[in-house]
Amino acid sequence: MWPEAIHHELAAARIRLVGYVPDAGHKRLIELCQSDKSMRAVVLSTEEEGIGLVAGAWLGGERSVLLMQSSGVGNVINALGTIKECRFPLVTIVTMRGEEGEFNPWQVPMGQATRTVLEAMGTVVHRPGTADEIAPTVNAALRLAYNSYASVAVLIPQRVIGIKSFQDQTTQVGQ
Amino acid sequence: MNQRREVVKHLLENRGELLVIAGLGSTAWDITAAGDSPLSFPLWGAMGQAAMMGLGLALAQPQRRVLVITGDGEMLMGLGSLATIGVQQPTNLSVVVIDNERYGETGMQTTHTAHGVDLDAVARGCGFKACPKELSSLRKAIHQQPGPNFAAIKVQPEKIPLVLPPREGALLKARFRRALLGPEADSV
Repeated sequence: MWPEAIHHELAAARIRLVGYVPDAGHKRLIELCQSDKSMRAVVLSTEEEGIGLVAGAWLGGERSVLLMQSSGVGNVINALGTIKECRFPLVTIVTMRGEEGEFNPWQVPMGQATRTVLEAMGTVVHRPGTADEIAPTVNAALRLAYNSYASVAVLIPQRVIGIKSFQDQTTQVGQ
Repeated sequence: MNQRREVVKHLLENRGELLVIAGLGSTAWDITAAGDSPLSFPLWGAMGQAAMMGLGLALAQPQRRVLVITGDGEMLMGLGSLATIGVQQPTNLSVVVIDNERYGETGMQTTHTAHGVDLDAVARGCGFKACPKELSSLRKAIHQQPGPNFAAIKVQPEKIPLVLPPREGALLKARFRRALLGPEADSV
């Protein structure tokens, strides 16, 4: 499944810190990172903190990744300016809301603006179309970020995550 | 009352291998006035992120002591980061707030700490260890006391000449990594 495949890519790329704000779509991947002894999962109180975490870790020579929902992208906008100005490598894996079949109208504005906002702040956006494309896309994002000192986001489509109702959200285990 | 430049100069005396992050604004100028170093990372932006950069650095470099020096306004913008650091409990990290109860870069408007907000109490509630306020003892704690450590030091609200570090972010990043990690930092 795609969370296991992403975790495999993160481990192979020597990712040591995983900053995250809890999210239903990332539930399984967060658990995999928490139980991996080679990684440290750092729970954040808001996504913006993750930018500082990643930057500080890179100053100290370690690689990290951020996991967040599309609504969290709105919380990191100004901090992305620091990533760009300093050319810190950054990989952000975003589970999308506000897309196909969204049931919560409050998720739609930020979900629809996610790509625009990221690109406006100098982040390269990759969007795999299917579950099978996710791990190769994360692999490419890690290489682009850490070989070319780029900020790269991978948007995991809501269609792939499959949350369709409040009931699904509460019972979803990350597939 | 303390003068900010004297406080920061004292805390950075004989800093040895200490790694330093300074928050946006006056504290970035303060650490520069005390003597610029490649092992200092002064922030020119990212208000509210200084403590989190300290956390990332402390987790990446567990054998080194890390000091975040920032202002009360900058710390207030990232209060949640105190809770996040409290969860991680990095023993090598200290956060010192130079508290003039003012937003110094924007016209000396009062911050929340001028109206009773107690940053030491917030940090203690998040799981930080308290530090002595006497400066020599605080400096010793920064180098030796198992953290995460926190101290807010009240200073005079004064406008003083700017002492500016290099401005370019990529340069500040590269010089820090080279000084810490050696020449191989350029090729990993």
